[in-house]
Amino acid sequence: MLSPELGHYALALACVLAAIQGILPLMGARRRDVRLMALAPGLAIGQLIALLTSFLCLVYAAVTDDFSVQNIAANSAVSKPLLYKITGVWGNHEGSILLWALILGLCGAAVAAFGRNLPSALRARVIGVLGLVATGFELFCLTTSDPFARIWPAPMDGQGMNPLLQDPGLAFHPPILYTGYVGFAVPFAFAIAALLEGRVDAAWGRWVRPWAVAAWCFLTCGIAMGSWWSYYVLGWGGYWFWDPVENASLIPWLTGTALIHSAIVVEKREALKIWTVLLAIGTFSFSLSGTFLVRSGILNSVHAFANDPARGVFILGLLAVVIGGSLALFAYRAPSLTSGGLFAPVSREGALVLNNILLCSLCAVVLTGTMYPPFMSLLFDRTISVGKPFFDATTIPLALPLFIFMGFGPMLPWKRAQLWPILQKLWVAAVITAIACAVAAFKLSGVLPILCAAAAIWIITSTITDVVERVRLFRAPFATSVQRARMLPRAIIGTAIAHIGVGITVLGLSAMSQAQHKIVEVPIGTTEHLAGYDWTLTNVKQEPGPNYTAMVGTLEVRRNGHLITVMHPSKRSFNTQNQTTTDVAIHTNLLADLYGVLGDKHGPESNPTYVLRLHYNPLAPWMWLGALVMAFGGALSLSDRRVRVGAPQRAKSSAEMSAAS
Amino acid sequence: MSNSETPPNASRRRLLMALPLAGAGVVGVAFWKMLSGMEHGSFNPHDINAPVLNRPVPDFTLPDQPPMQGFNTQDLRNLTQPVLVNFFASWCIPCLAEMPTLMTLKDKLTMWGIAYKDRPENAENFLKHSGNPFSRLGSDHEGRVGIEWGISGVPETFLIGPGGVIRWHTAAPLTDDILSQTLLPLVEKLKAP
Repeated sequence: MLSPELGHYALALACVLAAIQGILPLMGARRRDVRLMALAPGLAIGQLIALLTSFLCLVYAAVTDDFSVQNIAANSAVSKPLLYKITGVWGNHEGSILLWALILGLCGAAVAAFGRNLPSALRARVIGVLGLVATGFELFCLTTSDPFARIWPAPMDGQGMNPLLQDPGLAFHPPILYTGYVGFAVPFAFAIAALLEGRVDAAWGRWVRPWAVAAWCFLTCGIAMGSWWSYYVLGWGGYWFWDPVENASLIPWLTGTALIHSAIVVEKREALKIWTVLLAIGTFSFSLSGTFLVRSGILNSVHAFANDPARGVFILGLLAVVIGGSLALFAYRAPSLTSGGLFAPVSREGALVLNNILLCSLCAVVLTGTMYPPFMSLLFDRTISVGKPFFDATTIPLALPLFIFMGFGPMLPWKRAQLWPILQKLWVAAVITAIACAVAAFKLSGVLPILCAAAAIWIITSTITDVVERVRLFRAPFATSVQRARMLPRAIIGTAIAHIGVGITVLGLSAMSQAQHKIVEVPIGTTEHLAGYDWTLTNVKQEPGPNYTAMVGTLEVRRNGHLITVMHPSKRSFNTQNQTTTDVAIHTNLLADLYGVLGDKHGPESNPTYVLRLHYNPLAPWMWLGALVMAFGGALSLSDRRVRVGAPQRAKSSAEMSAAS
Repeated sequence: MSNSETPPNASRRRLLMALPLAGAGVVGVAFWKMLSGMEHGSFNPHDINAPVLNRPVPDFTLPDQPPMQGFNTQDLRNLTQPVLVNFFASWCIPCLAEMPTLMTLKDKLTMWGIAYKDRPENAENFLKHSGNPFSRLGSDHEGRVGIEWGISGVPETFLIGPGGVIRWHTAAPLTDDILSQTLLPLVEKLKAP
């Protein structure tokens, strides 16, 4: 029943529904026609149902090994484990575009479902804009990358998936990352709706922020998962390569982070309105152009995706319509938006402006580094590389002040603040940071890692100080503090947790600059020393897997004669693609990762030697743990009562009033 | 962020708000040129060897990278035997990963190394730990020579034939498969006449 033809039909139906969703509600909002506006939620949910049907058909075809579908034949095989048959659906270009469309449909339906308290015209416009964007992508999917195309005669077996993608981490990485990217379509739609309406006010800021925060949480998790995947699958011991694909996810994350901060200023002070609208448009534009330019093949990347310039032309046209259209609307309507008043540089809003300036400078730097090579090659016919040295030298000096201001920014009151009383409150944090700096100077080498480690400690300690001050811990009776802590808005706790998450990640990054590694070519039975551990290769044997054969090494790690762990790094040869992957062995105690890679086999069969790569990565897990903490903080702030109710809470207790400042 | 509605200010504001559109337009046109270039084959961001392949090596001079002597264009043009030129850096993990492969190649082919964007002492340390397959070493601390050669990153490897002509190039870490299937047969062909 769930045939590929049904899927194809459902996709076409979704496209038509999306087009209607894009036209009628927008017309209704313009003509103030309540009936047309009321169509929006139903159409959005209808489009989602059609997309779900289409997606299910593709999953069904993959699970039942329907190799008459070209996409399945090219990316699946009978011997592939069931989990990867399902996740392989979005592991290729066509399927991932369908997943994109599905998530966009989900966003529209979510606005329809949760946006009941929005003014009907705004809701109709937001859903309408989402419908227009969805139409474009569903057309793209139907015309240039049809996932349901059939081939005849159907092959007996498929060609199998890229073995690098056969991994549980990567299986769930794309949906989360795409939810992050596509999630920013909602703030984008809000921005376009505001421009169409010609009005941005505090309420708009309050409505748009939860959507931005939700997308930001997913994007944070998605980036962390991607980084973790390259850490343990690529097997180079690195976690971030400043690769165009990675940068393409970092750029919208930076502007998205700026957006969730500037929207606070819109909500609380009705300022930075035009800027926030531009950030909302920019973040989604970067999400779109990043993911799609990577696929067009303009950006050169180690990450595999089919490149096709012809497809690129369609994408570029689509980008021109979406981004160009929205920026043209911005140029036309933004000047007529009233801008807010001036405000004092030393104040919460002043700190948030600084946050925006630094985040956007960081974004500009990463953007320049990513786009420089293709532009040089286009303009001067020269290829050059921009690598880790450039990014290290440019991003860290911008990130350091950001970290320092992050410490006390949330403590500044709105409108007009005085720096001195705040700094007085922070003396404990400053002392701890100074001690940490001294310890770091002793333990770490290099000026930047020391400064980064100190900045991380500063973020964590000053954020804790902020919470302690708010609940008057140590100053008031303990029961009062508990009471105040309970009354503390979730948004404030969420912010504190997210900031601590940044601190944890930065600590991990600074410690990772001290990672040690060693590469040796040894016969079985040799012991190597690295970072105070003795690593012994005791055995290497061949083991068959479901669709590969593996060469598995046994690596015993001892410290002072005590066995710490036995690791099994392996090298897999996949039968179908004639490709090999390395399977890294990682042993972690949360403070450091022991990381072993088995390389090529050399020498005669009687006495072979093996290439072994050993890494000692201090605090490596903290980098990703910190990202999870950030996302958790964001999610917690979403559960704030004010967000759920969707209106400012009038009856605040006096304790909460002062706690929330 | 001024609230004034006087005409000169308003038109400046209008101009400012149009800036993002103008920027996006310029970038869009550039992308379109790249895409059409890719379709006609005149622009290929992946195939870096296109402009340098079968051409003489560019002009450059490299200072010594301890513990070996540096080299320049003339040294490569005076070659009678093929030489492998490898760009590496101590900060690059894939370079470290390809070192054992280079070590196995040491007896079969002369290799010259260029330490790219790397402090000489770091590069020297790197070679001390990973082994040194190179017989000459140049230090390209500023990365200028890398630009002349048009490298896109490290590691990158060029096979220079007799007379200093670039015969083969790869931007990926060398593996045993690449050696046995591509590189060594090519070296044999270049040695033959």
